[in-house]
Amino acid sequence: MGNHSDGSPSHSGTVATAGQNEVEKFQDPGLPPHRLRLADTDPKAAKRAERQVAILFGSSIVGTLIFLVAYFAIDLGPGSTIATIRLQNALLGIGTAFAMLGIGTGIVHWAKALMPDHEVSEERHPIRTEEDRQAAVRIVDDIVEETGIKRRPLIRNTLLGAVALAPLPALAVFGDLGPRPDDKLAHTMWAPQEGKLKRLTRDPDGTPIKASDVTIGSAFHVIPEGLNELHEGKLNEKAKAVVLLMRLNPESLKPSAGREDWSYNGIVAYSKICTHVGCPVALYEQQTHHLLCPCHQSTFDLTQECKVIFGPASRPLPQLPIAVDAEGYLVATSDFKEPVGPSYWERDEHERKFNS
Amino acid sequence: MKALSQKRRHPLAAIALLLMGLLLTGGLYAVATTVNEAKASTTSFSANDAEEGGKLFAANCATCHGMGASGTQDGPSLVGVGAAAVDFQVGTGRMPMQMNGPQAYKKPAQFNDEQTHQLSAYVASLGPGPSIPEEHLLDAQGNAAEGGELFRVNCAMCHNAAAAGGALTRGKFAPALADVSEKHIYEAMATGPQNMPVFNDANVSPEGKRDIITFLKQIEANGSPGGADLGAIGPVSEGLFVWIAGLGVIIAFTIWLTSRTS
Repeated sequence: MGNHSDGSPSHSGTVATAGQNEVEKFQDPGLPPHRLRLADTDPKAAKRAERQVAILFGSSIVGTLIFLVAYFAIDLGPGSTIATIRLQNALLGIGTAFAMLGIGTGIVHWAKALMPDHEVSEERHPIRTEEDRQAAVRIVDDIVEETGIKRRPLIRNTLLGAVALAPLPALAVFGDLGPRPDDKLAHTMWAPQEGKLKRLTRDPDGTPIKASDVTIGSAFHVIPEGLNELHEGKLNEKAKAVVLLMRLNPESLKPSAGREDWSYNGIVAYSKICTHVGCPVALYEQQTHHLLCPCHQSTFDLTQECKVIFGPASRPLPQLPIAVDAEGYLVATSDFKEPVGPSYWERDEHERKFNS
Repeated sequence: MKALSQKRRHPLAAIALLLMGLLLTGGLYAVATTVNEAKASTTSFSANDAEEGGKLFAANCATCHGMGASGTQDGPSLVGVGAAAVDFQVGTGRMPMQMNGPQAYKKPAQFNDEQTHQLSAYVASLGPGPSIPEEHLLDAQGNAAEGGELFRVNCAMCHNAAAAGGALTRGKFAPALADVSEKHIYEAMATGPQNMPVFNDANVSPEGKRDIITFLKQIEANGSPGGADLGAIGPVSEGLFVWIAGLGVIIAFTIWLTSRTS
């Protein structure tokens, strides 16, 4: 037989080439000879391996001690700085790593180098279908017999009851995902309340914005008046109502029919929630008038009413109709005229309601 | 004198001499730079400054921005952009622009402080605009927490929450903000260079701008609390690191686990 290492030509185990329809013949090569490890033959090597395993376990002990010392000895009380926290974090991490790795690598090294290394081969036996099936049936019968479930209906019935009731907590938890939001997604805080138009205010401090404050090239991050005073659901309302306010040269805006009075002297306000999956679109380029969504690079062109010019978003950003009140502050004349943000099941239905 | 000459071969003499030399040059340099800073921060322009600036402008800038800075098809009009815009663009080396492209790059400044001052004086004389900020707004001693909030609302979407910068559309990008001087940060907010929006005083008040600068300088000084920040650009670099280093370690372990000991 050819030996791979000495490069001599191989005579047996010929490989059938294409066109040769001979049945390839294999001789069972058997198991390779068992090779003893150094530690099996040389007591010195065994001693060395023993020491190595001990060192690995020892490093685990050291790691645990490092963790404990770092945890208890480093004081994070008042007067500690971020450098102290950093030091403690690093030591806790190093300690845990050594504590775990030491045990793991030690056990593996022990098993590989010192524990007995018999080689065992298990012969594969042919599958006897009918016999196997009957053996399996016998096992099940045995189980039923030995558990005595037929003889003890109390146990059986309570078990059935327990299994039947067990999924109920899941039902309760998932039940809290409802009720359905109805048209909550379609409306925002911008809708006028009792005939009073909502002012556009600065994020985060909530001060109103004068039209004269918004110079050409400016970008204001806007929240609706009264958002900061909400006690409940403030973040949910903010997530729907955030707006980016920009001013550009009025000549570069070409409002479509019906939108002529939605802007004021080149000041426009658009929803900041991407129509793709709802990331905040706030990367405004004041020269190209592009708005870029940082998540998936959807790009909206402000001069074309935020039409999508690149990326996966499917709809333009909704525009907020704005005007100026008697004191010169910017106000929203109504809510958005379509649901903001990404698509959802009932969106089409809600949008039809807006249009009718 | 005699004692000095006797001790000149003392082993510590060389060290003492070196120390003295270093102190002397360091001290001189410190004095020179404070003088320089004091000059740069003066916002009053003389008629002479504007006149000299006009000459510099005609020689270096008018090709694109036109005579009288009225703009051509190659460059915008500079009437009303203010001294702050010139100080930022020329002071950071972005102008004169190296070549046409999506964005002007930061590069070593081509004009010295005096020339920059003169150019600013000239452009400021053309029309009112944002002026070079007062020294007390640039001390980075404001409220870092409020600055952080303003930064996350107004700046972080482009410049990254850790101010490491980020990509914009079609080859443009928002630069990283580490190592940018307080004055240039302020001027960028006030003037909106290139595609950056303008954050005028009605939008972010001068105190707010001071807070933002404080925040930026603070995170720059504090560094990353969690160790190596891998550029602070988020999942891309972190994922790549885990993919290469983490998987590498796992593969190494599996090879070790399945190998026979000698």
